[in-house]
Amino acid sequence: MADTGVAETLLKRIEKVDGGVDSVEVATSLGVEHQAVVGAVKSLLTLGDVISAELRSSKHWELTEEGKEIAEQGSHEARVFSAIPPDGLPQAELMKLSFGKIGFSKAMSNKWIRVDKSHAGGPRIFRTVDSIQDQVRDKLLVVQKGDGTQLEEKEKNELKKRKLLSEVTLKSYWITKGSSFSTSVSKQETDLTPEMIATGSWKEKKFKPYNFEAMGIAPDCGHLHPLMKVRTQFRQIFLEMGFSEMPTNNFIESSFWNFDSLFQPQQHPARDQHDTFFLSDPALAHEFPLDYLERVKRVHSEGGYGSQGYKYDWKIEEAQKNILRTHTTAVSARMLYKLAQQEKFTPVKYFSIDRVFRNETLDATHLAEFHQIEGVVADYGLTLGDLMGILHQFFTKLGITKLRFKPAYNPYTEPSMEVFSYHEGLKRWVEVGNSGVFRPEMLLPMGLPQDVSVIAWGLSLERPTMIKYGINNIRELVGHKVNLQMVYDSPICLLDS
Amino acid sequence: MPTVGVKRDILFSALGRAYSDEEFDELCFEFGLELDEITSEKEIISKEQGDSKASGASDVILYKIDVPANRYDLLCLEGLVRGLRVFKNKKVENMTSTLCRKRSLVAIGTHDLDTISGPFMYTAKAPTDISFKPLNQTKEYTATQLMSLYKTDSHLRHYLHIIEDKPVYPIIYDSNGIVLSMPPIINGDHSKISLKTRNVFIECTATDLTKAKIVLDMMVTMFSEYCAQPFTVEETEVVYPDGKTYMYPELAYRKEKLSAEFINRKVGINESTERIAQLLTRMCLFSQATGSGDEIEVEIPPTRSDVIHACDIMEDAAIAYGFNNITRTTPRSYTVANQLPLNKLTELLRQDLAAAGFTEALNFVLCSQEDIADKLGKKISETRAAHISNPKTAEFQVARTTLLPGLLKTLAANRKMPLPLKLFEISDVVLKDNTKDVGARNSRRFCAVYYNKSPGFEVIHGLLDRTMQLLEVKVGSREGYHIHSTFFSGRCAEIFVHGKSVGHLGVLHPDVIERFELTMPCSALEMDIELFL
Repeated sequence: MADTGVAETLLKRIEKVDGGVDSVEVATSLGVEHQAVVGAVKSLLTLGDVISAELRSSKHWELTEEGKEIAEQGSHEARVFSAIPPDGLPQAELMKLSFGKIGFSKAMSNKWIRVDKSHAGGPRIFRTVDSIQDQVRDKLLVVQKGDGTQLEEKEKNELKKRKLLSEVTLKSYWITKGSSFSTSVSKQETDLTPEMIATGSWKEKKFKPYNFEAMGIAPDCGHLHPLMKVRTQFRQIFLEMGFSEMPTNNFIESSFWNFDSLFQPQQHPARDQHDTFFLSDPALAHEFPLDYLERVKRVHSEGGYGSQGYKYDWKIEEAQKNILRTHTTAVSARMLYKLAQQEKFTPVKYFSIDRVFRNETLDATHLAEFHQIEGVVADYGLTLGDLMGILHQFFTKLGITKLRFKPAYNPYTEPSMEVFSYHEGLKRWVEVGNSGVFRPEMLLPMGLPQDVSVIAWGLSLERPTMIKYGINNIRELVGHKVNLQMVYDSPICLLDS
Repeated sequence: MPTVGVKRDILFSALGRAYSDEEFDELCFEFGLELDEITSEKEIISKEQGDSKASGASDVILYKIDVPANRYDLLCLEGLVRGLRVFKNKKVENMTSTLCRKRSLVAIGTHDLDTISGPFMYTAKAPTDISFKPLNQTKEYTATQLMSLYKTDSHLRHYLHIIEDKPVYPIIYDSNGIVLSMPPIINGDHSKISLKTRNVFIECTATDLTKAKIVLDMMVTMFSEYCAQPFTVEETEVVYPDGKTYMYPELAYRKEKLSAEFINRKVGINESTERIAQLLTRMCLFSQATGSGDEIEVEIPPTRSDVIHACDIMEDAAIAYGFNNITRTTPRSYTVANQLPLNKLTELLRQDLAAAGFTEALNFVLCSQEDIADKLGKKISETRAAHISNPKTAEFQVARTTLLPGLLKTLAANRKMPLPLKLFEISDVVLKDNTKDVGARNSRRFCAVYYNKSPGFEVIHGLLDRTMQLLEVKVGSREGYHIHSTFFSGRCAEIFVHGKSVGHLGVLHPDVIERFELTMPCSALEMDIELFL
């Protein structure tokens, strides 16, 4: 505590009076600095309701250093007057005096003195009156006595202009007894110690309250990446819905599995150099299930399974070309082919969340690589209504309940539907994913039973993450230009709230 | 998705009624289109070239409509109106960029038939031997001159590469030697269509016959709407080099039979045979119940080249029914969920590495050769890296073979952050591997870096110890893990687990630090985690 002595004296003062005391008066009567009393008040306030203090501010006039000098020795002009003997004084000599310059001009304007410029031996100054009244000094003495209120505002402002007076604001406390007033205060403890617990002394102690306004000390910790936090939640949702994870750890894929097996024709624009990354090394895939490859070739070039086909010259050279996969559906195709090789078909639900690559123009929301979320269900007799129902369940887990579906086109699904959700903030429908039923031309050559339907949907992981964490530039989220402060500060990922 | 621009008022008068923007947007959505933008020529020009250029332009309202990539028939006003009118129960040039894949598959020429005379000859000649006055030019050019003339043409320059380096160029003459066109670049000026044209000759040349037939059918059906007697066309005999002759356009109407039950079952609805036939008719697929059970006969017009399977017909029935009117159901498929073991391990490790005070980074798979080789003081040939053949920039030359460069680049981009910086990443790198069908495989790696005023080898070593503790591997040279100094000045070691080398840890060479634009010492650890499964 700052000064226990002042605090105790202050408490005794308060005890004696009924109304309360003023901190300035206490300071004056104790002969201490006002600041010491203020310190005592503040530390008493932390003890609870011992005292209550009301902050008051008052303005009063005070003499400046120059003003004090004048109150003591007289105004400059009065001192000039008294320095001039009856037979006058050379002006040059007067100017040598400390108060000479200012006092001369003031005394001149008061018409107390005159200058005889033609006097032999240089200009000489003479009194013009016999006696003077030093009003400036008189006024300053009034203020010094504390009777400043007797002067008119105009007079005070004039003295202020001459820098002899200044107006000061005094902050003081009006101190009264608090609800738990006591004249004896014990020293406050800052914190609990093992000794206090051991001796039980904590029972008698008073503890200094904590400052709950201040921030705590940040813990030393590592952080997970926000995109990966969102990935974890999407994985969780799929697992909750009974979906098994597909092995998507193969970024390099053959055009065969990425396009041909999905019944995407070889002249399709997506297979262009402008859209897809091709590999120069290893340039070609060298191993395919050959009988399946033959069936794929036939369905493209001649049709079959109830299809007209695309009627073009299908080339294995195109199918062999290695690429960086453009979608995880390449893996879905491998998984469905594998499923078709089972002796007996069993229903499956698959999901994956992994990277895909597009050789496209980059901007604030598009990168050459991003994460695709994909869900696939294969079973007998699945309907379009089933696809919409499962999408409804999936998006409900993301906190999105208002969905509608727009017919769309995708080479390997029929029907194809774009999924839109109503965005409450934007007040419009926004696209949140793509979905569809895989074409028979894709499924039947794999060897899946005729009446098995496969429904699927996909969306990007980056877009919901950017919306969730309010990130506008994708480079701040993914890649080495990431803003680590953003990673440190990002909250946990509750998707459905 | 291709976009067509149509004048709103012309569209509405063709549709027989006006819509509010919202109503039209709704109609588009239900039909599978998207009203992308409401604009005008004036607005477009002022956006692209500034207000001053736009002052004289038309302010007639334009609708920009996104059309699905398979619906070639909807890419012009005529097709769009036909589609929408029928859908509502009442009764141009974009095609080259979609179906024709920027003219590389199909080129189209339309001519004033009265200015030319058949038979026409489609042949190929050396560029210097071709000379004609091209469309909208005032003098004759040789083909060689034309190629350099169009080098600067903002529209045509994109098609030059299709024939540019060929010894001979394709060319079509009439019986008097007049050039009709030099596909796929430009038509001749002589036969251009004007307001006086009464007879139109349409030619389609292609490298894919099926696509040529589709495009010709489409052109003919759209043009024929404006014939004196609407929807009529005269066929043309085409004689091939082998002497075989064919009549085009084929305008083949195909008939498919399917059951109402098939559509009900696939869509998840329960409608009568007659009602389904009505739904299909609304989608321009004229259909009727045959009376034999629930059989429906569907006629597929030449404009609907996208219909190649019964599932395409099923989709049209679902669209006509309205996707959003279908009852949403839950599949009853019983399945048990399994995590991919490698991903399960990754998820669990990530959590505990963050708990150990390291922050997760997420870097690109694609990078430059320099990143994985030169900057690390290695030769690219030593890396087993997979190479991209068509990277647009150096950032996409190779797939990473190590996670370290990405983490070092993350450090460099975050040098202003308080030290120490402790980062980790668990992700895949790609390595060439001949035992795989595609000749390469992913490898799951764990990499961590510690960046501070002192190298902190003991911090990275401690992280390795903690990781091994998490993976239940004890210290020991045979059964457990140990590190063995094998590199420069005893500051880098190889990590062995159960006697097998799995990665490295150590203090980075000052040259590496400088090449990644870093200024402080740095220690790092990288290892394969797949063998912990």
